[in-house]
Amino acid sequence: MNIKPILEIEKEIIEDFALFDSWEDKYEYIIDMGKKLPVLEDEHKLNENKIKGCQSTVWLVASYNDGRVFFKADSDAVIVKGLISMLIKVLSGHTPTEIIDARLDFIGEIGMMTHLAQTRSNGLLSMIKQMKNYAIAFQSIGNQKTDHK
Amino acid sequence: MCILDLRQQFPILNRMVKGKPLVYFDNAATSQKPQVVIDALTHYYTHYNANIHRGIHTLAEEATMAYEATRRTAQEFIGALHEEEIIFTRGTTEGINLVAYTWGRQNIGTGDEILISGMEHHSNIVPWQILCEEKGAVLKVIPVNDNGELSIDAYKALLSNKTKMVSVVHVSNSLGTVNPVKEMILAAHQVGAKVLIDGAQSAVHLDIDVQEMDCDFFAFSGHKVYGPTGVGVLYGKKELLEAMPVFQGGGEMIKEVTFEKTTYNDLPYKYEAGTPNIADTIALKAALDFIKETGKPAIRAHEEELLAYATAQLQAIPGLTIVGTAKEKVSLVSFVIKDIHPQDVGVLLDNQGIAVRTGHHCTQPLMARFGIPGTIRASFALYNQKEEIDALITGLHKTIKMLS
Repeated sequence: MNIKPILEIEKEIIEDFALFDSWEDKYEYIIDMGKKLPVLEDEHKLNENKIKGCQSTVWLVASYNDGRVFFKADSDAVIVKGLISMLIKVLSGHTPTEIIDARLDFIGEIGMMTHLAQTRSNGLLSMIKQMKNYAIAFQSIGNQKTDHK
Repeated sequence: MCILDLRQQFPILNRMVKGKPLVYFDNAATSQKPQVVIDALTHYYTHYNANIHRGIHTLAEEATMAYEATRRTAQEFIGALHEEEIIFTRGTTEGINLVAYTWGRQNIGTGDEILISGMEHHSNIVPWQILCEEKGAVLKVIPVNDNGELSIDAYKALLSNKTKMVSVVHVSNSLGTVNPVKEMILAAHQVGAKVLIDGAQSAVHLDIDVQEMDCDFFAFSGHKVYGPTGVGVLYGKKELLEAMPVFQGGGEMIKEVTFEKTTYNDLPYKYEAGTPNIADTIALKAALDFIKETGKPAIRAHEEELLAYATAQLQAIPGLTIVGTAKEKVSLVSFVIKDIHPQDVGVLLDNQGIAVRTGHHCTQPLMARFGIPGTIRASFALYNQKEEIDALITGLHKTIKMLS
Protein backbone atom coordinates (compact mmCIF):
# COMPACT_ATOMS: atom_id res chain seq x y z
CA MET A 1 0.00 0.00 0.00
CA ASN A 2 1.29 3.38 -1.00
CA ILE A 3 0.15 5.97 1.50
CA LYS A 4 1.44 9.52 1.66
CA PRO A 5 2.66 10.74 5.03
CA ILE A 6 0.11 12.69 7.07
CA LEU A 7 2.08 15.92 6.83
CA GLU A 8 2.18 15.69 3.06
CA ILE A 9 -1.59 15.28 2.78
CA GLU A 10 -2.04 18.21 5.17
CA LYS A 11 0.27 20.27 2.96
CA GLU A 12 -1.82 19.46 -0.11
CA ILE A 13 -5.00 20.61 1.61
CA ILE A 14 -3.32 23.82 2.76
CA GLU A 15 -2.20 24.45 -0.82
CA ASP A 16 -5.74 23.83 -2.10
CA PHE A 17 -7.13 26.33 0.39
CA ALA A 18 -4.48 28.90 -0.50
CA LEU A 19 -6.12 29.19 -3.90
CA PHE A 20 -9.38 30.39 -2.38
CA ASP A 21 -9.72 34.09 -1.77
CA SER A 22 -13.23 34.11 -0.31
CA TRP A 23 -15.04 32.28 2.45
CA GLU A 24 -17.58 31.14 -0.14
CA ASP A 25 -14.92 29.26 -2.10
CA LYS A 26 -13.60 27.62 1.07
CA TYR A 27 -17.00 26.45 2.18
CA GLU A 28 -18.03 25.34 -1.29
CA TYR A 29 -14.91 23.13 -1.29
CA ILE A 30 -15.84 21.71 2.12
CA ILE A 31 -19.47 21.19 1.10
CA ASP A 32 -18.26 19.45 -2.04
CA MET A 33 -16.01 17.16 0.01
CA GLY A 34 -18.98 16.41 2.24
CA LYS A 35 -21.13 15.47 -0.70
CA LYS A 36 -18.40 13.25 -2.15
CA LEU A 37 -17.80 11.31 1.07
CA PRO A 38 -18.73 7.69 0.36
CA VAL A 39 -22.07 6.73 1.86
CA LEU A 40 -21.89 4.96 5.19
CA GLU A 41 -24.00 1.81 5.15
CA ASP A 42 -27.09 1.97 7.38
CA GLU A 43 -25.82 -1.02 9.40
CA HIS A 44 -23.11 1.28 10.82
CA LYS A 45 -25.49 4.08 11.74
CA LEU A 46 -25.84 2.86 15.29
CA ASN A 47 -26.03 4.78 18.54
CA GLU A 48 -22.69 3.35 19.63
CA ASN A 49 -21.04 4.85 16.54
CA LYS A 50 -22.41 8.34 17.17
CA ILE A 51 -20.01 11.03 18.29
CA LYS A 52 -21.19 12.94 21.29
CA GLY A 53 -20.84 16.69 21.50
CA CYS A 54 -22.10 17.50 18.04
CA GLN A 55 -25.17 19.56 17.17
CA SER A 56 -25.54 17.38 14.14
CA THR A 57 -25.37 13.61 14.16
CA VAL A 58 -22.00 12.16 13.24
CA TRP A 59 -21.31 8.46 12.88
CA LEU A 60 -17.74 7.25 12.82
CA VAL A 61 -16.54 3.69 12.37
CA ALA A 62 -12.98 2.42 12.24
CA SER A 63 -11.37 -0.80 11.17
CA TYR A 64 -7.87 -2.11 11.73
CA ASN A 65 -6.14 -3.96 8.97
CA ASP A 66 -2.51 -4.88 8.53
CA GLY A 67 -1.34 -2.43 11.15
CA ARG A 68 -3.33 0.45 9.68
CA VAL A 69 -6.52 2.21 10.75
CA PHE A 70 -9.29 2.95 8.26
CA PHE A 71 -12.13 5.34 8.99
CA LYS A 72 -15.60 5.71 7.55
CA ALA A 73 -18.06 8.38 8.61
CA ASP A 74 -21.27 10.17 7.86
CA SER A 75 -23.28 13.10 9.13
CA ASP A 76 -26.67 14.64 8.54
CA ALA A 77 -25.01 18.07 8.19
CA VAL A 78 -22.98 18.55 5.04
CA ILE A 79 -20.33 20.99 6.36
CA VAL A 80 -19.57 18.64 9.22
CA LYS A 81 -19.40 15.85 6.67
CA GLY A 82 -16.91 17.88 4.66
CA LEU A 83 -14.76 18.50 7.72
CA ILE A 84 -14.75 14.84 8.70
CA SER A 85 -14.05 13.93 5.10
CA MET A 86 -10.88 16.04 5.30
CA LEU A 87 -9.89 14.33 8.54
CA ILE A 88 -10.42 10.94 6.92
CA LYS A 89 -8.34 12.01 3.94
CA VAL A 90 -5.52 12.99 6.30
CA LEU A 91 -5.69 10.18 8.86
CA SER A 92 -7.23 7.09 7.27
CA GLY A 93 -4.80 4.35 6.28
CA HIS A 94 -2.10 5.33 8.73
CA THR A 95 -0.68 3.46 11.68
CA PRO A 96 -2.11 4.04 15.16
CA THR A 97 1.08 5.80 16.24
CA GLU A 98 1.00 8.17 13.26
CA ILE A 99 -2.64 9.02 13.99
CA ILE A 100 -2.01 9.55 17.71
CA ASP A 101 0.96 11.81 16.98
CA ALA A 102 -0.75 13.84 14.23
CA ARG A 103 -0.89 17.52 15.23
CA LEU A 104 -3.36 18.42 12.50
CA ASP A 105 -2.05 21.97 12.23
CA PHE A 106 -3.70 22.25 8.82
CA ILE A 107 -7.05 22.99 10.50
CA GLY A 108 -5.69 26.31 11.75
CA GLU A 109 -3.84 26.98 8.52
CA ILE A 110 -6.99 26.72 6.42
CA GLY A 111 -8.92 28.97 8.80
CA MET A 112 -11.18 26.33 10.29
CA MET A 113 -9.99 26.86 13.87
CA THR A 114 -13.35 28.37 14.83
CA HIS A 115 -14.85 24.96 14.24
CA LEU A 116 -12.50 23.60 16.85
CA ALA A 117 -13.47 26.24 19.38
CA GLN A 118 -17.19 25.64 19.05
CA THR A 119 -16.91 22.30 20.75
CA ARG A 120 -20.49 22.07 21.83
CA SER A 121 -22.13 22.97 18.58
CA ASN A 122 -19.72 21.77 15.99
CA GLY A 123 -17.86 18.83 17.36
CA LEU A 124 -14.77 18.82 15.16
CA LEU A 125 -12.78 18.43 18.34
CA SER A 126 -14.95 15.47 19.36
CA MET A 127 -14.35 13.86 15.97
CA ILE A 128 -10.58 14.17 16.26
CA LYS A 129 -10.69 12.84 19.81
CA GLN A 130 -12.77 9.86 18.72
CA MET A 131 -10.44 9.09 15.80
CA LYS A 132 -7.45 9.21 18.13
CA ASN A 133 -9.27 7.04 20.65
CA TYR A 134 -9.76 4.39 17.98
CA ALA A 135 -6.05 4.62 17.17
CA ILE A 136 -5.15 4.17 20.84
CA ALA A 137 -7.45 1.14 21.10
CA PHE A 138 -5.98 -0.44 17.96
CA GLN A 139 -2.46 0.33 19.14
CA SER A 140 -3.05 -1.70 22.29
CA ILE A 141 -4.42 -4.58 20.19
CA GLY A 142 -1.29 -4.37 18.05
CA ASN A 143 0.92 -4.40 21.13
CA GLN A 144 -0.89 -7.43 22.53
CA LYS A 145 -0.31 -9.29 19.28
CA THR A 146 3.36 -8.44 19.45
CA ASP A 147 3.49 -9.63 23.06
CA HIS A 148 2.08 -13.00 22.09
CA LYS A 149 4.77 -13.67 19.53
CA MET B 1 -39.17 55.22 19.80
CA CYS B 2 -36.26 55.94 17.49
CA ILE B 3 -34.42 52.72 16.66
CA LEU B 4 -31.29 54.49 15.44
CA ASP B 5 -31.01 56.38 18.74
CA LEU B 6 -31.58 53.16 20.66
CA ARG B 7 -28.95 51.33 18.61
CA GLN B 8 -26.45 54.04 19.57
CA GLN B 9 -26.83 52.92 23.17
CA PHE B 10 -25.63 49.39 22.39
CA PRO B 11 -21.91 49.67 21.59
CA ILE B 12 -21.58 46.04 20.47
CA LEU B 13 -23.89 46.70 17.53
CA ASN B 14 -21.09 48.69 15.89
CA ARG B 15 -18.80 45.73 15.57
CA MET B 16 -18.01 43.80 12.44
CA VAL B 17 -18.14 40.02 12.21
CA LYS B 18 -16.05 38.35 9.51
CA GLY B 19 -15.80 41.68 7.73
CA LYS B 20 -19.54 42.36 7.74
CA PRO B 21 -21.68 44.47 10.07
CA LEU B 22 -23.07 42.32 12.87
CA VAL B 23 -26.71 41.28 12.56
CA TYR B 24 -27.60 39.95 15.98
CA PHE B 25 -30.64 37.68 15.94
CA ASP B 26 -29.82 35.51 18.96
CA ASN B 27 -31.62 37.67 21.47
CA ALA B 28 -33.63 34.83 22.94
CA ALA B 29 -30.32 33.30 24.07
CA THR B 30 -29.05 36.56 25.51
CA SER B 31 -29.70 40.18 24.66
CA GLN B 32 -26.98 42.77 24.16
CA LYS B 33 -26.34 45.36 26.86
CA PRO B 34 -26.94 49.09 26.69
CA GLN B 35 -24.17 51.48 27.76
CA VAL B 36 -26.04 52.30 31.00
CA VAL B 37 -25.70 48.67 32.12
CA ILE B 38 -22.02 48.51 31.21
CA ASP B 39 -21.50 51.83 33.00
CA ALA B 40 -23.31 50.61 36.12
CA LEU B 41 -20.92 47.66 36.35
CA THR B 42 -17.84 49.81 35.87
CA HIS B 43 -19.12 52.48 38.23
CA TYR B 44 -19.68 49.95 41.00
CA TYR B 45 -16.20 48.45 40.73
CA THR B 46 -14.60 51.87 40.31
CA HIS B 47 -16.35 53.71 43.11
CA TYR B 48 -18.11 51.62 45.76
CA ASN B 49 -17.15 47.95 45.56
CA ALA B 50 -17.83 46.47 49.01
CA ASN B 51 -19.54 43.51 50.58
CA ILE B 52 -23.14 44.27 51.41
CA HIS B 53 -25.44 44.22 54.43
CA ARG B 54 -22.90 43.88 57.23
CA GLY B 55 -20.28 46.56 56.78
CA ILE B 56 -20.81 49.85 58.55
CA HIS B 57 -18.45 51.83 56.40
CA THR B 58 -19.52 54.17 53.60
CA LEU B 59 -18.70 51.85 50.70
CA ALA B 60 -20.67 48.98 52.22
CA GLU B 61 -23.60 51.28 52.82
CA GLU B 62 -23.59 52.56 49.25
CA ALA B 63 -23.27 49.06 47.80
CA THR B 64 -26.08 47.78 50.03
CA MET B 65 -28.35 50.63 49.02
CA ALA B 66 -27.72 50.05 45.32
CA TYR B 67 -28.25 46.30 45.69
CA GLU B 68 -31.54 46.75 47.53
CA ALA B 69 -32.64 49.40 45.04
CA THR B 70 -32.55 46.70 42.36
CA ARG B 71 -34.89 44.61 44.49
CA ARG B 72 -37.45 47.42 44.56
CA THR B 73 -37.10 47.98 40.82
CA ALA B 74 -37.54 44.26 40.16
CA GLN B 75 -40.58 44.23 42.43
CA GLU B 76 -42.10 47.01 40.38
CA PHE B 77 -41.01 45.36 37.10
CA ILE B 78 -43.15 42.27 37.79
CA GLY B 79 -45.77 43.85 40.02
CA ALA B 80 -44.97 41.94 43.22
CA LEU B 81 -46.84 42.98 46.36
CA HIS B 82 -43.87 42.80 48.73
CA GLU B 83 -40.22 43.67 48.26
CA GLU B 84 -39.16 40.55 50.15
CA GLU B 85 -40.88 38.36 47.57
CA ILE B 86 -37.97 39.13 45.24
CA ILE B 87 -35.14 36.61 45.65
CA PHE B 88 -31.96 37.18 43.68
CA THR B 89 -30.66 34.07 41.94
CA ARG B 90 -28.12 33.27 39.24
CA GLY B 91 -30.91 33.07 36.69
CA THR B 92 -34.13 31.30 35.75
CA THR B 93 -32.55 27.86 36.06
CA GLU B 94 -31.50 28.46 39.63
CA GLY B 95 -34.91 29.90 40.47
CA ILE B 96 -36.69 26.75 39.27
CA ASN B 97 -34.18 24.53 41.03
CA LEU B 98 -34.66 26.49 44.24
CA VAL B 99 -38.42 25.88 44.18
CA ALA B 100 -38.07 22.20 43.24
CA TYR B 101 -35.49 21.66 45.97
CA THR B 102 -37.23 23.52 48.80
CA TRP B 103 -40.98 23.73 48.18
CA GLY B 104 -40.82 20.48 46.25
CA ARG B 105 -39.08 18.48 48.95
CA GLN B 106 -41.48 19.76 51.56
CA ASN B 107 -44.70 19.32 49.61
CA ILE B 108 -44.27 16.51 47.10
CA GLY B 109 -44.83 12.91 48.12
CA THR B 110 -45.28 9.46 46.59
CA GLY B 111 -47.92 9.40 43.88
CA ASP B 112 -48.24 13.18 43.68
CA GLU B 113 -48.22 14.65 40.20
CA ILE B 114 -46.23 17.51 38.72
CA LEU B 115 -47.40 18.95 35.42
CA ILE B 116 -45.10 20.54 32.88
CA SER B 117 -45.68 21.16 29.19
CA GLY B 118 -44.25 19.61 26.05
CA MET B 119 -42.50 22.87 25.16
CA GLU B 120 -40.42 23.26 28.31
CA HIS B 121 -36.76 24.20 28.33
CA HIS B 122 -34.61 21.49 29.90
CA SER B 123 -34.32 23.80 32.93
CA ASN B 124 -38.00 23.32 33.60
CA ILE B 125 -37.90 19.55 33.06
CA VAL B 126 -34.83 18.21 34.79
CA PRO B 127 -35.30 19.76 38.29
CA TRP B 128 -38.78 18.20 38.44
CA GLN B 129 -37.53 14.85 37.15
CA ILE B 130 -34.93 14.81 39.92
CA LEU B 131 -37.63 15.61 42.48
CA CYS B 132 -40.04 12.98 41.10
CA GLU B 133 -37.34 10.35 41.20
CA GLU B 134 -36.49 11.17 44.78
CA LYS B 135 -40.08 11.32 46.01
CA GLY B 136 -41.76 8.68 43.85
CA ALA B 137 -43.90 11.38 42.25
CA VAL B 138 -45.13 11.41 38.67
CA LEU B 139 -44.22 13.93 35.96
CA LYS B 140 -47.01 14.55 33.47
CA VAL B 141 -46.74 16.49 30.24
CA ILE B 142 -49.30 18.81 28.64
CA PRO B 143 -49.32 18.03 24.90
CA VAL B 144 -48.41 20.54 22.18
CA ASN B 145 -50.50 20.79 18.99
CA ASP B 146 -49.16 21.13 15.44
CA ASN B 147 -49.21 24.92 15.63
CA GLY B 148 -47.01 24.80 18.71
CA GLU B 149 -49.76 25.69 21.16
CA LEU B 150 -50.67 23.90 24.36
CA SER B 151 -53.88 21.95 24.29
CA ILE B 152 -55.81 23.59 27.11
CA ASP B 153 -58.51 20.92 27.13
CA ALA B 154 -55.84 18.25 27.53
CA TYR B 155 -54.27 20.35 30.28
CA LYS B 156 -57.52 20.58 32.20
CA ALA B 157 -58.05 16.85 31.79
CA LEU B 158 -54.63 16.20 33.32
CA LEU B 159 -55.39 18.30 36.40
CA SER B 160 -56.66 16.41 39.43
CA ASN B 161 -56.38 16.50 43.19
CA LYS B 162 -53.11 14.58 42.75
CA THR B 163 -51.62 17.58 40.93
CA LYS B 164 -49.41 19.49 43.37
CA MET B 165 -47.39 21.68 41.02
CA VAL B 166 -47.84 23.05 37.53
CA SER B 167 -44.61 24.48 36.12
CA VAL B 168 -44.95 25.96 32.66
CA VAL B 169 -43.15 28.30 30.37
CA HIS B 170 -44.81 31.66 29.73
CA VAL B 171 -43.23 32.08 26.28
CA SER B 172 -41.58 29.20 24.42
CA ASN B 173 -37.92 29.85 23.63
CA SER B 174 -38.07 27.54 20.63
CA LEU B 175 -41.40 28.54 19.07
CA GLY B 176 -42.27 31.95 20.47
CA THR B 177 -45.69 30.74 21.61
CA VAL B 178 -47.29 32.77 24.39
CA ASN B 179 -49.14 30.41 26.69
CA PRO B 180 -52.45 31.42 28.31
CA VAL B 181 -50.94 31.30 31.76
CA LYS B 182 -53.66 33.23 33.56
CA GLU B 183 -56.30 30.70 32.57
CA MET B 184 -53.92 27.84 33.37
CA ILE B 185 -53.12 29.23 36.81
CA LEU B 186 -56.79 29.62 37.66
CA ALA B 187 -57.49 26.01 36.66
CA ALA B 188 -54.51 24.74 38.67
CA HIS B 189 -55.59 26.65 41.77
CA GLN B 190 -59.04 25.09 41.52
CA VAL B 191 -57.49 21.68 42.20
CA GLY B 192 -55.20 23.11 44.88
CA ALA B 193 -51.98 22.99 42.86
CA LYS B 194 -49.28 25.66 42.96
CA VAL B 195 -47.97 27.22 39.76
CA LEU B 196 -44.49 28.25 38.71
CA ILE B 197 -44.15 30.37 35.58
CA ASP B 198 -40.85 30.23 33.69
CA GLY B 199 -40.56 33.83 32.56
CA ALA B 200 -37.12 33.60 30.95
CA GLN B 201 -38.49 34.67 27.55
CA SER B 202 -41.57 36.61 28.58
CA ALA B 203 -40.10 39.12 31.04
CA VAL B 204 -38.47 41.18 28.30
CA HIS B 205 -41.44 41.24 25.92
CA LEU B 206 -44.68 41.11 27.90
CA ASP B 207 -46.08 43.22 30.73
CA ILE B 208 -45.64 41.10 33.82
CA ASP B 209 -47.98 41.47 36.77
CA VAL B 210 -47.58 38.52 39.09
CA GLN B 211 -50.49 39.62 41.26
CA GLU B 212 -52.89 39.84 38.36
CA MET B 213 -51.54 36.57 36.94
CA ASP B 214 -51.80 35.09 40.44
CA CYS B 215 -48.86 32.72 39.89
CA ASP B 216 -47.19 31.31 43.00
CA PHE B 217 -43.67 31.54 41.60
CA PHE B 218 -42.18 33.44 38.68
CA ALA B 219 -38.56 33.15 37.54
CA PHE B 220 -36.58 35.21 35.03
CA SER B 221 -32.99 35.95 34.04
CA GLY B 222 -31.20 39.30 34.01
CA HIS B 223 -29.20 38.66 30.85
CA LYS B 224 -32.29 38.24 28.69
CA VAL B 225 -33.69 41.63 29.78
CA TYR B 226 -30.66 43.65 28.61
CA GLY B 227 -28.98 43.07 31.98
CA PRO B 228 -25.81 41.24 33.00
CA THR B 229 -25.32 37.49 33.06
CA GLY B 230 -25.25 35.68 36.39
CA VAL B 231 -28.20 37.37 38.04
CA GLY B 232 -31.87 36.54 37.97
CA VAL B 233 -35.00 36.89 39.99
CA LEU B 234 -37.25 34.39 41.65
CA TYR B 235 -40.58 35.73 42.79
CA GLY B 236 -42.62 33.72 45.27
CA LYS B 237 -45.74 34.54 47.22
CA LYS B 238 -44.65 35.63 50.67
CA GLU B 239 -46.58 33.00 52.63
CA LEU B 240 -45.07 30.26 50.48
CA LEU B 241 -41.51 31.57 50.75
CA GLU B 242 -41.90 31.88 54.50
CA ALA B 243 -43.13 28.32 54.90
CA MET B 244 -40.53 26.78 52.61
CA PRO B 245 -37.33 25.25 53.98
CA VAL B 246 -34.00 26.92 53.24
CA PHE B 247 -32.06 26.24 50.03
CA GLN B 248 -28.35 26.78 50.66
CA GLY B 249 -26.76 27.35 54.04
CA GLY B 250 -24.07 29.90 54.75
CA GLY B 251 -23.57 33.53 55.53
CA GLU B 252 -26.30 36.12 55.02
CA MET B 253 -29.14 33.58 55.31
CA ILE B 254 -28.74 33.11 59.07
CA LYS B 255 -30.02 34.93 62.10
CA GLU B 256 -27.96 33.19 64.73
CA VAL B 257 -25.56 30.28 64.53
CA THR B 258 -24.55 28.02 67.37
CA PHE B 259 -23.25 24.48 67.03
CA GLU B 260 -26.50 23.22 68.53
CA LYS B 261 -28.99 25.15 66.43
CA THR B 262 -29.07 27.80 63.75
CA THR B 263 -31.96 30.15 63.19
CA TYR B 264 -32.55 31.56 59.76
CA ASN B 265 -32.83 35.09 58.50
CA ASP B 266 -36.06 36.65 57.29
CA LEU B 267 -37.10 36.93 53.68
CA PRO B 268 -35.58 37.53 51.21
CA TYR B 269 -32.15 36.88 52.79
CA LYS B 270 -33.18 33.40 53.88
CA TYR B 271 -32.63 32.33 50.26
CA GLU B 272 -29.54 34.40 49.52
CA ALA B 273 -26.70 32.51 51.18
CA GLY B 274 -23.15 33.78 50.76
CA THR B 275 -21.92 36.97 49.16
CA PRO B 276 -24.27 37.50 46.23
CA ASN B 277 -23.47 38.69 42.74
CA ILE B 278 -23.45 42.31 43.87
CA ALA B 279 -22.15 44.03 40.73
CA ASP B 280 -24.46 42.29 38.29
CA THR B 281 -27.45 42.70 40.58
CA ILE B 282 -26.79 46.43 40.84
CA ALA B 283 -26.42 46.71 37.05
CA LEU B 284 -29.68 44.81 36.56
CA LYS B 285 -31.47 47.90 37.86
CA ALA B 286 -30.05 49.93 35.00
CA ALA B 287 -31.41 47.35 32.54
CA LEU B 288 -34.89 47.32 34.07
CA ASP B 289 -34.94 51.12 34.19
CA PHE B 290 -33.86 51.18 30.55
CA ILE B 291 -36.81 48.97 29.57
CA LYS B 292 -39.20 51.08 31.63
CA GLU B 293 -37.98 54.31 30.10
CA THR B 294 -38.10 52.94 26.57
CA GLY B 295 -41.56 51.60 27.31
CA LYS B 296 -42.68 48.00 26.92
CA PRO B 297 -45.69 48.87 24.69
CA ALA B 298 -43.44 50.71 22.23
CA ILE B 299 -40.87 47.90 22.31
CA ARG B 300 -43.58 45.33 21.73
CA ALA B 301 -45.10 47.25 18.83
CA HIS B 302 -41.70 47.43 17.15
CA GLU B 303 -40.95 43.76 17.76
CA GLU B 304 -44.36 42.69 16.47
CA GLU B 305 -43.68 44.60 13.29
CA LEU B 306 -40.33 42.81 12.94
CA LEU B 307 -41.96 39.44 13.56
CA ALA B 308 -44.70 40.03 10.98
CA TYR B 309 -42.17 41.26 8.43
CA ALA B 310 -39.75 38.36 9.04
CA THR B 311 -42.56 35.81 8.93
CA ALA B 312 -43.81 37.08 5.57
CA GLN B 313 -40.32 37.25 4.08
CA LEU B 314 -39.32 33.81 5.33
CA GLN B 315 -42.52 32.15 4.14
CA ALA B 316 -41.71 33.28 0.59
CA ILE B 317 -38.51 31.19 0.54
CA PRO B 318 -39.13 27.88 -1.26
CA GLY B 319 -38.68 24.82 0.95
CA LEU B 320 -38.75 26.82 4.17
CA THR B 321 -41.22 25.86 6.89
CA ILE B 322 -41.87 27.90 10.01
CA VAL B 323 -42.05 25.77 13.15
CA GLY B 324 -44.49 27.25 15.63
CA THR B 325 -47.39 29.14 14.14
CA ALA B 326 -49.32 29.94 17.31
CA LYS B 327 -51.83 32.77 17.25
CA GLU B 328 -50.07 34.44 20.17
CA LYS B 329 -46.35 34.76 19.57
CA VAL B 330 -43.52 37.00 20.66
CA SER B 331 -40.70 38.18 18.47
CA LEU B 332 -38.93 35.04 17.44
CA VAL B 333 -39.27 32.76 14.48
CA SER B 334 -38.04 29.19 14.22
CA PHE B 335 -37.79 27.44 10.90
CA VAL B 336 -36.42 24.50 8.97
CA ILE B 337 -35.39 24.22 5.32
CA LYS B 338 -36.09 21.11 3.28
CA ASP B 339 -33.08 18.77 2.96
CA ILE B 340 -30.76 21.19 4.75
CA HIS B 341 -29.40 20.72 8.27
CA PRO B 342 -29.89 23.77 10.55
CA GLN B 343 -26.23 23.68 11.58
CA ASP B 344 -25.06 24.19 8.00
CA VAL B 345 -27.29 27.23 7.75
CA GLY B 346 -25.93 28.62 11.03
CA VAL B 347 -22.30 28.25 9.90
CA LEU B 348 -22.87 29.93 6.53
CA LEU B 349 -24.96 32.77 8.01
CA ASP B 350 -22.20 33.41 10.56
CA ASN B 351 -19.80 33.90 7.67
CA GLN B 352 -22.12 36.66 6.51
CA GLY B 353 -22.09 38.35 9.93
CA ILE B 354 -25.53 37.07 10.90
CA ALA B 355 -25.92 35.49 14.34
CA VAL B 356 -28.83 33.06 14.64
CA ARG B 357 -29.25 30.08 16.91
CA THR B 358 -29.42 26.59 15.45
CA GLY B 359 -30.10 23.31 17.19
CA HIS B 360 -32.60 22.01 19.69
CA HIS B 361 -32.61 25.16 21.87
CA CYS B 362 -32.48 22.99 25.02
CA THR B 363 -35.94 21.65 24.19
CA GLN B 364 -35.14 18.18 22.89
CA PRO B 365 -38.58 16.68 23.71
CA LEU B 366 -40.24 19.48 21.73
CA MET B 367 -37.98 18.84 18.73
CA ALA B 368 -38.86 15.14 18.98
CA ARG B 369 -42.56 16.14 19.00
CA PHE B 370 -42.07 17.84 15.64
CA GLY B 371 -39.75 15.08 14.36
CA ILE B 372 -36.86 17.44 13.60
CA PRO B 373 -33.24 17.54 14.84
CA GLY B 374 -33.53 21.25 15.51
CA THR B 375 -34.44 24.54 13.96
CA ILE B 376 -32.87 27.78 12.85
CA ARG B 377 -34.10 30.49 15.19
CA ALA B 378 -34.02 34.23 14.62
CA SER B 379 -35.07 36.17 17.71
CA PHE B 380 -35.50 39.91 17.71
CA ALA B 381 -34.91 42.68 20.21
CA LEU B 382 -35.82 46.35 20.40
CA TYR B 383 -32.67 47.37 18.49
CA ASN B 384 -33.23 45.17 15.45
CA GLN B 385 -34.31 46.66 12.14
CA LYS B 386 -36.11 45.59 9.00
CA GLU B 387 -32.89 46.08 7.03
CA GLU B 388 -31.34 43.34 9.16
CA ILE B 389 -34.19 40.98 8.29
CA ASP B 390 -33.51 41.80 4.64
CA ALA B 391 -29.88 40.85 5.24
CA LEU B 392 -31.04 37.56 6.78
CA ILE B 393 -33.24 36.81 3.78
CA THR B 394 -30.44 37.60 1.33
CA GLY B 395 -28.09 35.51 3.47
CA LEU B 396 -30.51 32.60 3.46
CA HIS B 397 -30.88 32.66 -0.31
CA LYS B 398 -27.11 32.57 -0.67
CA THR B 399 -26.84 29.82 1.97
CA ILE B 400 -29.44 27.63 0.30
CA LYS B 401 -27.74 28.09 -3.08
CA MET B 402 -24.38 27.05 -1.62
CA LEU B 403 -25.85 23.97 0.04
CA SER B 404 -27.94 22.64 -2.82
